[in-house]
Amino acid sequence: MQRKVLAEYKYELKPIVRGYNKRTLYVNVGDKVIKEKPVTDMMIDKFVGGKGFDLYLMWHGVNDNTKWNDPENEICIAFGPLCGNTSYPGSGKSIVTTISPLTGIPVDCNVGGHFGPYTKFAGFDALELQGKADEDVIVFIDGDKGIVQILSAPDKVINSHILAEELHKEFAGSEEHLQHVSVVSSGSASDHVLITCLNFSFWDKRRKVARLKQAGRGGTGTVFRDKSIKALVVKYSGLSVDKNDPADLPTLQKTGLKLHKEIEVGDADQCRMHQVGTAHLMEIMNDYDLLPIRNFKYGQMPEAEGLHSREFTKLFTQGMADGCWYGCSLSCCKAVDNFKPRTGPYKGQPVCVDGPEYETAGGCGSNICVWDPKDVVEINFYCDTYGLDTISFGTSVAFVMECYENGILNKERTGGLELNWGNADAALELLHQMARGEGFGLTVGQGVRRMKKIFAEQFGADPKFLQDIGMEAKGLEYSQYMSKESLAQQGGYTLALKGPQHDEAWLIFMDMVNNHIPTFKDKAEALHYFPMFRTWFGLQGLCKLPWNDIEPANNAQTDEPAKVPEHVQNYVDIYKAITGKPMDKHELIRQSERVYNFQKVFCMRMGGGRRIDDIPPYRAVGPVTEEEYLSRQERYDNLMKNKIGVDPTGKSVAEKMEITRRYREDQYQQLIDAVYERKGWTPEGVPTLEHLKNIGMDLPEVLEVVKRYL
Amino acid sequence: MKVLKTYPEKCISCHVCESTCSSLFFKEDNPELSCIQIHDETNPPDMNVCNQCQACVAVCPTCAITVNNQGVVMISRNLCIGCLMCVAACPTNSMRTAFGKHNPFKCIACGACVKTCPADALAVVQE
Repeated sequence: MQRKVLAEYKYELKPIVRGYNKRTLYVNVGDKVIKEKPVTDMMIDKFVGGKGFDLYLMWHGVNDNTKWNDPENEICIAFGPLCGNTSYPGSGKSIVTTISPLTGIPVDCNVGGHFGPYTKFAGFDALELQGKADEDVIVFIDGDKGIVQILSAPDKVINSHILAEELHKEFAGSEEHLQHVSVVSSGSASDHVLITCLNFSFWDKRRKVARLKQAGRGGTGTVFRDKSIKALVVKYSGLSVDKNDPADLPTLQKTGLKLHKEIEVGDADQCRMHQVGTAHLMEIMNDYDLLPIRNFKYGQMPEAEGLHSREFTKLFTQGMADGCWYGCSLSCCKAVDNFKPRTGPYKGQPVCVDGPEYETAGGCGSNICVWDPKDVVEINFYCDTYGLDTISFGTSVAFVMECYENGILNKERTGGLELNWGNADAALELLHQMARGEGFGLTVGQGVRRMKKIFAEQFGADPKFLQDIGMEAKGLEYSQYMSKESLAQQGGYTLALKGPQHDEAWLIFMDMVNNHIPTFKDKAEALHYFPMFRTWFGLQGLCKLPWNDIEPANNAQTDEPAKVPEHVQNYVDIYKAITGKPMDKHELIRQSERVYNFQKVFCMRMGGGRRIDDIPPYRAVGPVTEEEYLSRQERYDNLMKNKIGVDPTGKSVAEKMEITRRYREDQYQQLIDAVYERKGWTPEGVPTLEHLKNIGMDLPEVLEVVKRYL
Repeated sequence: MKVLKTYPEKCISCHVCESTCSSLFFKEDNPELSCIQIHDETNPPDMNVCNQCQACVAVCPTCAITVNNQGVVMISRNLCIGCLMCVAACPTNSMRTAFGKHNPFKCIACGACVKTCPADALAVVQE
């Protein structure tokens, strides 16, 4: 490929000191400016790294009115001080932020693949992308030579499974270096729709293919393509166990080996991540009435047996070292090899498909009643290569299928697509339309919030019904768990800063199944602790899964099994071992609190972050339709009698639904009150000045925004 | 397959094999750095050393662990990134690590210890 060098920057290669490069890389693809910026002690103290650095850089790159497609919007990718260590499982994550086209506020994604660690070891604690190029470009970071380039990208291909592989080969130069390259790309759908993602690659040496991990949520791919970035490429070949310059390598190794052994012994009897990854959850969720089915109407159906994890186990190649970063013995990124799609431009061509993970199997399987696992794999493949988020795609398709079944949509309105439940062909055609930029796919690709408006305005649909069934909050589609019977999880989803994603809090078992957090105070405490604890992974460049998808054998006997205390201590230990700084489980939460509140204020600055933004659609809270109520009538009637204190006898279904709704919506409001108070916020959800001062996030620019709301 | 075979009933727990091994590989007389380890809490002693079963090969993320044409499992120091997943995966606890060292290490059936064992408790054999 002939490429023009549009800009070049040479930098000094320097070793990392205790997990930090103390500089970030700024690339403006519009003005062709490449420069490094210093990381100050204040940045490290207040923002730690990873998502904290992303948000700090982005805050100063955008203004109060920046929209997703303004040139000053940024895509920031940062790594964190613990990122890239090869000793502790789950240590290779990048955190991506941008002003989301779906929500208008910052979105953050935690993604695997080799790009983050390699870029860190190339010399930078974060990458900040700004501007819009006037032709397609590739940003290339050569971490071996100390050169950053903006290159022309006349490449014909854009879809990730081909582009990533071609770029691996081109920039590696020789076979021995294929594993030393990583590529970030999106796909053709990102040129046309909003529910998009970025693919972060790693070279799978055994399969000899570029694998793809997704920064899935919030439309990052659309921003990427709006900047005319075709790919980011990094090359780094000097990896070793001490590249983070750990203060205490033996402790780091010892802690990592302890977890490796725990996984070796326990995984087969616990989550079976080695065998089937997160798809092990399929039957568990179905058993507990938590698997989303028919746009989150139901949590359980006999047909879900078709998507049992044993079916995916059969499809995944077994016995492979499936870590998305070196040293991850949890090995959950499973792949289907030699899969031959039956539709679309790659019909009949053998491809390697990453996943399906649970979210994809739920969103693109059960939630739209596609029960054939091979159809789920095909949707998964095309979502990835076209640069689409499988969660938003699944939830958006579930929404249009319910609209179709209700007569809001018909063949005339969908361009001939029969969007009945389970029509996998139609779902696939929507995908291909998104990639081609045509047809009803363009509408679906706008996401649920915009579709609600379109269907009400153009088709005369009842906006209230659309609001009730449209599974989005803040503009982001819900991920794939049923929250109706867990008040805490309703909060876990809907209070999440970026929108309803399960990565802040997953409390369903604690709340609904085990009843460990019965009071509002208990739930508020959980909705404080877990989002803060989980935020920490994003500050450090870590994955959440090795925290509680494997547990020590004696975990159930500890004081707080849900927190997995031994693993919390592991994180304290490896933080100290790498950075050499003091840490304990309380300071860990404090680090997160500072960044979490900063992100909250960032949302407010961009026009979100209000109490009204934390309200879920009723489908996430209770039964919207009579059929939903009747399907679990005994449960709802019992709850009415025992919890609400109203005798359901003699009442019509409509009356009972109204009573249930009033109660549940009121409970949710009481939950918000309790959570805001626990988080140190006003009843309107504004962090108080006192709280910001207490946690050390009383920077002048933060207070200036907060004062507008007090 | 070339493998170091142990005869615990002959072992006199003199630990000369450990000295030989660690001195050869690490230029240091330190049983912690020996590929073979003699645990003499039991009688006969436990002589722990790699049996070349290859379980470690599949888990290595950089394909640094390979099997040579004599059936001996080898670690490439150039490719190894020190994750120690192979140490956890070893079913006989014979993949060694010393915390602070960059890479794991293991017996490659070189036979040096066979020559110094005063009790004929070791032999390199073809299996």
